[in-house]
Amino acid sequence: MPVSTFRAEFLDTVSGLARGAASPGLALFLWLLCVGAAWAGEWLPLANDGIHDPRSRAVKILQQPREALQGLTPDHAGNQVRWVQVLEKGEIRPREKLFPQTVVQKLDLDVILDAKGGMPAVRFPHRPHTEWLDCVNCHDGLFAKSVGQSKISMFKILQGEQCGVCHGAVAFPLTECARCHSIPRPGQSKPVIPAGIDPRIHQAIGQGQK
Amino acid sequence: MSGLFAPSRRLGVLSLVCVLLAALPLATQAEYADVVINRQAEKNGMRPVVFPHWFHRIRFRCKVCHAELGFKMRAGSNTITMTDIIEGKFCGACHNNDIAWSPENCDLCHSGKPGLPTGVFGGHETSGPGRW
Repeated sequence: MPVSTFRAEFLDTVSGLARGAASPGLALFLWLLCVGAAWAGEWLPLANDGIHDPRSRAVKILQQPREALQGLTPDHAGNQVRWVQVLEKGEIRPREKLFPQTVVQKLDLDVILDAKGGMPAVRFPHRPHTEWLDCVNCHDGLFAKSVGQSKISMFKILQGEQCGVCHGAVAFPLTECARCHSIPRPGQSKPVIPAGIDPRIHQAIGQGQK
Repeated sequence: MSGLFAPSRRLGVLSLVCVLLAALPLATQAEYADVVINRQAEKNGMRPVVFPHWFHRIRFRCKVCHAELGFKMRAGSNTITMTDIIEGKFCGACHNNDIAWSPENCDLCHSGKPGLPTGVFGGHETSGPGRW
């Protein structure tokens, strides 16, 4: 379904619902729904994504993100798609190679990296990484092959080096701390998020806006 | 029966306004990991290229382009020319009228807004390496 049609139908449905029921409660519910949708993010049509030229023929021909991504296992960050899970579950079957002579290399080996500053340690799983990538993409350019030979720092990662070549640009973003920092230290309990705190901004709602 | 400001109509309008307001803050966001390629394009009178990672990732794993085809994993670090593409290198390994459309469909790739710099665009939280 083209996106423009979807939008029009959606608006029709929303206003139709509000007219039909004519209850302030429903209007409030719809309003919250809208705000929620904006908060969670939305796939934009190519014509108004800010980088396609809306006058280009391509925006009418190319596949729209919503059409391709809406049926996949959802995420709240990045493309709003949990790409690793989508591949594992077989929701997509991307080709592994173009050339018959290419040897596909995979490795099932976790590396635990201790972290400074009290953060939980990092578990780096080779398996999902090698499902997508080849060894040469990281070794020996971004990282040395032997454990402990690469000095990894969040400063570099935030600058787009090391893990940050992909994470923060094309793989899940750097706001998802706990997906990498997933191994609690001894004696450390799993942090409990108090009520009224948005876990994504680490702040009580209403604070920090004075 | 219902005039312009009858309660039912007002609610309909209100919800419409809500939908529009909700869409507003996201009006200029490319899809996460979209890449604009413009080292050669505009110099040669073409629109910049928009490369959507999300589309290609559904069909090919990263390793196909970044290991087999030799695309370096840093926007702007690859010298991609139409000559190479027509000879079957880089994009031309698939965009050959066999796996995907041929390079004759210029404006399907060259579809970016004029003036955009080369780089990774689109981010719900981050906007590419080092740009928070």
